[in-house]
Amino acid sequence: MSVKTLLFCLSLALSTPVHAQGFAGLGTSAEGFTMPVPGRRFSFPADHGAHNDFRIEWWYVTANLQAVDGTRYGIQWTLFRSALATDGATGWASPQMWMGHAAITTSDGHHVAERFARGGIGQAGVTAAPFEAWIDAWRMKSRAAANADALSALDLSAAGADFAFDLKLDSDRPLVAHGDGGYSLKSEKGQASYYYSQPFYRVTGELTLPGGPVTVTGQAWLDREWSSQPLAADQVGWDWFSMHFDGGEKLMGFRLRDGGAGFTSGTWISADGVAEPLKRGAIAVTPLRNAVVAQRSLPIRWRVEVPGKGVDVTIQALNENAWMATAFPYWEGPISFDGTKPGRGYLEMTGYMPTADR
Amino acid sequence: MKTALTALLSHWRRHPVQLATLLVGLSLATALWSAVQAINSEARTSYARAAATLGQDQLSTLLRKDGSRFDQKIYVALRRAGWLVSPVLEGDKRFGEHRLRVFGIDPLTTPPQAQAVNIAASGALLEFISPPGVFYVSPETATKLAGQATPPLRAIDGIPSGVVITDIGQAQVLLGAPGQISRLLLWPEQPQRRAALSDIAPDLIERAPDETGDLARLTDSFHLNLTAFGFLAFAVGLFIVHSAVGLAFEQRRPMFRTLRALGVPARSLMGVVCLELLTFAVLAGMVGVALGYAIAAMLLPDVAATLRGLYGASVPGAIVVRPETWALGMAIAVFGTLISAAQGLFGVWRLPLLASAQPRAWAQASRQTIIWQLVAAAALLAAAAIIARYGSGLMAGFALLAALLLGAAMALPALLLAGLSAGGALSKSAIAQWFWADARQQLPGLSLALTAMLLALAANIGVGTMVSSFRQTFVGWIEQRLASELYIATRDDTEASAVRTWLASRSDAVLPIWNVDGEVEGMRTAIFGIADHATYRDKWPMLTASPNVWQVVASGDGALINEQLSRRKTLNVGDTITLPGGYKTRIAGVYSDYGNPNAQVIIGVDKLTELFPDVSRLRYAIRVSPEKAQDLAANLRSTFGIPEQNIIDQTTAKELSLQTFERTFKVTGALNVLTLAVAALAMFASLLTLAGMRLPQVAPVWAMGVTRRRLAVMELWRSFVLAILTAIAALPLGLGLAWILLAIVNVEAFGWRLPMYYFPAEWLRLAVLSILATALAAALPAWWLSRLAPSELLRVFANER
Repeated sequence: MSVKTLLFCLSLALSTPVHAQGFAGLGTSAEGFTMPVPGRRFSFPADHGAHNDFRIEWWYVTANLQAVDGTRYGIQWTLFRSALATDGATGWASPQMWMGHAAITTSDGHHVAERFARGGIGQAGVTAAPFEAWIDAWRMKSRAAANADALSALDLSAAGADFAFDLKLDSDRPLVAHGDGGYSLKSEKGQASYYYSQPFYRVTGELTLPGGPVTVTGQAWLDREWSSQPLAADQVGWDWFSMHFDGGEKLMGFRLRDGGAGFTSGTWISADGVAEPLKRGAIAVTPLRNAVVAQRSLPIRWRVEVPGKGVDVTIQALNENAWMATAFPYWEGPISFDGTKPGRGYLEMTGYMPTADR
Repeated sequence: MKTALTALLSHWRRHPVQLATLLVGLSLATALWSAVQAINSEARTSYARAAATLGQDQLSTLLRKDGSRFDQKIYVALRRAGWLVSPVLEGDKRFGEHRLRVFGIDPLTTPPQAQAVNIAASGALLEFISPPGVFYVSPETATKLAGQATPPLRAIDGIPSGVVITDIGQAQVLLGAPGQISRLLLWPEQPQRRAALSDIAPDLIERAPDETGDLARLTDSFHLNLTAFGFLAFAVGLFIVHSAVGLAFEQRRPMFRTLRALGVPARSLMGVVCLELLTFAVLAGMVGVALGYAIAAMLLPDVAATLRGLYGASVPGAIVVRPETWALGMAIAVFGTLISAAQGLFGVWRLPLLASAQPRAWAQASRQTIIWQLVAAAALLAAAAIIARYGSGLMAGFALLAALLLGAAMALPALLLAGLSAGGALSKSAIAQWFWADARQQLPGLSLALTAMLLALAANIGVGTMVSSFRQTFVGWIEQRLASELYIATRDDTEASAVRTWLASRSDAVLPIWNVDGEVEGMRTAIFGIADHATYRDKWPMLTASPNVWQVVASGDGALINEQLSRRKTLNVGDTITLPGGYKTRIAGVYSDYGNPNAQVIIGVDKLTELFPDVSRLRYAIRVSPEKAQDLAANLRSTFGIPEQNIIDQTTAKELSLQTFERTFKVTGALNVLTLAVAALAMFASLLTLAGMRLPQVAPVWAMGVTRRRLAVMELWRSFVLAILTAIAALPLGLGLAWILLAIVNVEAFGWRLPMYYFPAEWLRLAVLSILATALAAALPAWWLSRLAPSELLRVFANER
C-alpha cells in the first residue's frame, strides 16, 4: 500500500481501518464539521465553490462520447476536496486536501491518472465566480454568459502520462437538485449530503490516446456533492448509476450497501429537467453477473427497474476492466443498457474488497 | 588419514607458543583490516543514505543555476502547467549543540522514490502539516535531540543521521524562508502536454539524479587513506603468519617424511595440511573480525567526528555488524594464510621421499636473492621517482607511496647486510667476528620481520610528521583566521539590525559574515562578502595576492578564492571567475582555508548584497578589546535573549577547531600504534622461529666455551643492532612518506598543501620504542637459550635432525 493511500485513508478515516468505516472513511464521525440539514436552499454561484466547513466535497463529471466512426468512449474528471480539520489555517498549514481523478475508457483500454495537492498554496482549488475548479493542469472552467448559470458552459481538460482530453460542455437545461431540494439522504440513520447535478451536457471535443487524437461528441453529467458524514458506520460502499435515456430522460440511482438490504435511492429527471425524487422501493437494482476485476468479484451486469417510469433495463459495461487503480481504488466506467428504455450512462462501484481480504 | 592428522596436530600441542603466535598474528592482521572495512562501510552506508535522501539518487531535480532558493509560486506555476514536481526546502538548523539538515517536503506530491518517511504509518497527516509539525529523524538523531525544544520527534530507520524530515510549511518557518523552496523533485513519469520549462520557469535547470552524492566523492580520499592503512597492517600481520607457519613446516619435516614413508600419498598429506591451515584461518579469522568490530567501535566516534568536522558528513557513531564485512574478513584471513603458507606447502609437495632429511634454514637466502632484491628495489625506486616527477592525481600519489615502500622493503636486506659487514670489518676479536657473521647468517630469516618493522616505523614517522606539520600550520592559521573577539549568529533580520545598532557604540567594529551558496567553475562554492577592515588586511592568511588586494576587493573589482578552488581548477591571481548569476570578476588573491572541503570565494560585502539582495544577513564578527569580550557577550545574551550557542568567543572557537583537528587524527594515531604492535609481534615470531632452528649454529660456539648466558646476551645485542639499523633506514623512508602525504596526497584529497616541519624528538621516541619492542621480542628466545639444557645442545652433535 503506497504512502498516499494510507495518507488519504488517514486523512479521511483518522486512523481507523477503512473497512469498518465505509469506503474511503466516509462513514467516520464528523466532529466539528458542519452537517447537512434539510430545508437549506442552494445559493448560486456560491454553492458551485468549495464548502470548507464540510469534511468532504466533490466536482464530478462523467461523459459518454463517440467518435465519427461510432467508436464509444467514456471520460471521467473528478476533483475531491477533503478537510483534515475545521480550522481555517492558510498556506501550507491549510487542512484542505485535494485529490483529482481523470480517466478515459475505451472498449479495450482504461487510462487513469490521479493528482494530490495541498490547499492554501494555489495548486488546487475551486473559485465560485468566475467558476473554475482545478488541480495542477487539470481544469474545469466556466465560459458561461454572465446571466447564465456558471455551470451551463464548461471547458474541461486533463492529461495523464498516456492520455489527455479537451472537452466543451454545454447545457440549456437547469441544475437538478436531488432528494429533498438537494438534501440527499444516504441511510436510515439520517446520514445525508447536499447533492445537485447538471445531467444535460452536450459535449464536443478531442481525446488524445496512444493511437492519436480522436474528435468526439456525446453527453455528460456533472455531480456536485458535499457532506461531512455521508455514510453510516455500517455502510461499506455503493453502486451508483447515472443514465441518459435515448428519449432524453435521466435517472440517477444508487444503492448503499450494508450488512442487510442496503439503502436505495434515486431521482427521475424528465427530458425538460424536472426532478422527481423516487420514493423508497420505487427503484430496484439487481446484480446479474459478477466478473473478477482487480482481484475483486464485481457485479458487472445489472438489471435496473423503475416500474413507475416503465424502466426495466439490463446494463453492460463498455469495458469490464474500468478499474480506477488510484489511492482509493474503485470501478468507474461507461455503460449502455437495453430493455424498455435503452440508453447510455456511467456506473460507479466502490467498497468492494479484494477476494483474499474477505 | 586420521592418524596423519593426529600426528600433525600433535605438533601444536607440543608448541603452544607457536600456535598462539600463528593465531594471534592472523587474528590481528584480520582485525585491523576488518576494523578499517567496518568503519568504511559504516561511513559509506551513511553517505549512500544521504545521497538517497528524498530519492536524490534516482530523481532528477529542478533548481536554480546558483542553487539559491526560489518562490513557491514557481512550483505552483509548474504544477499548473502540467509538471509533476514536488517541492523541497533544505537548510541547516541548530538545536542546542546539534546542527541538523532540515528537509521540508510536501508528502502529498512526493514521488514514490523519495518516500523515506511513511508519514501515514505512524501518525496523521494533520499532525504533520499543522504547527508545530513533526520531525522525522533517525533513532540516533532522536536520542541526541531528546530534551531540545523541537516539535514531536518520530524515529524512523533509514533516515540519514543528522537529517530532519518535516513538512515544507514547518520548514519554511524553521529556516526563516517563508514561501521559499530549494528545489523540485521531478517525477520520472510526466503527463502529456506539459508547457516548456523555459516558458514557466526560465530560471530553473534540470539536474540528473546524483547516484554517488557529494559526500561520497568528497570523502573518497579519506577512506582510501584508511584502506591503505588497513592493508599495510594486514601485510605486516602476514609476516607473522608467514614466519609461524614456516617454522611449523620446518620443524615437522621429519614427521612429513615419516608419514610419506609410511605410505601417505603426497596428495593426501597436502590435503591434511591444507585442512589444518584452513581450520586455523577460520578460527583466527572469526576472532579477528570480532576484534576488528571492537576496534572499529572504539574508533568510529572519532572517525565520525572527523568526517563531520572535515566534510560535514554525518555518520552515526555506532557500528552495525554486516555479513559482508564478516565474509570479507574471513576470506582475507584464509587468503592470507594460504599466501603465507605457500612456501611451506610447496616444500611438503616436493619433499623427497627417501633422501635423508637435511637440516637447513627454511628461509635460506643466497647472495643472489639479495642481489635480485636490490635490482627490484632500484627499479621500484626509479618508478617512484618517475611517478613523483610526472604523475598526477590521487592514484598516482598512492602508486608513488606503494613503489617507495615496496622498493625500500626490497632494499632493506642488502642495506642491513652492508651494515653488518661493516660491523664485521671493524671488529677484531674472534667472538665479535662470529657475532657479526652470525647476524649476517640470520639475516635471511629475520629480514621479513625487519621489513615489517621498517614499514611500520616508516608509516609512523611519515604519518606523524604529516599530522604534526599539519597541526603546526593549522594552529598558526587559526590564529590569523579567527581574529575577531566574538562571533554572533542572530536569529532573524529584525534581531540582526537591532544587534548592529546596539553594538555600534559598544564595539570597535561589527563585521558581516554573510554568504550565499552557489556554483563557481562547476564546484559547490560558498560566496562570502567581506568588509574593508584592518582585521582582514592585517590578519587574513593570504597565500598569493595582487598589490592592494583589499582595496581591490572592497571596491568590488576583484575576488579572493581559497586554495582548494585555486588548486582544483588551476586558478590564480589575475584569472577570471564567473559567480552564480553570471557576474565575472578577477581573482585578486588566494588564501589558505584548512579544514574546509568546499570551494570558497570572497568578494566585497557591497558587491555581495548588490549581486544577491536576498543574502541572509544574520552572522557577524565583533571586534572589541579582548578584556571586554566576555562582558559584551553576556550583555548581548541578556539584552536580546540570544541563545548561549549563538555567541561564541575567540578562545572557544579556537578550542573547538583544535578539538576537531585532534579528533581528526586520533584514528591515524591509533592505527599507527596498532601497526607498530603488529610489527613487534612479527619480530617476536621470527626470533622464536630462528631460536628453534639455530641450535646447530650455536652449539659449536657453546662447545668452544662460550657460556649460554653470554650467548643469550649476544642474542639480545644482535636484535638491538638489527633494530637500530632498521630504524635508521626507516627515517628517510618515513620522511619520504611524509613528503608524499603533504605534497601530493593532501593536495589531491583535501585541496591544500602544507609546509613540512621536522620533529627529531618524535623520531627518537619512535626509534627507542621500536628498539625496545625488538628487545622485548628477543627476550624470550634469549631467555630460552640461557636456560637451554646442555643435553639439548649436545644432541646437535649426536643426532641428525
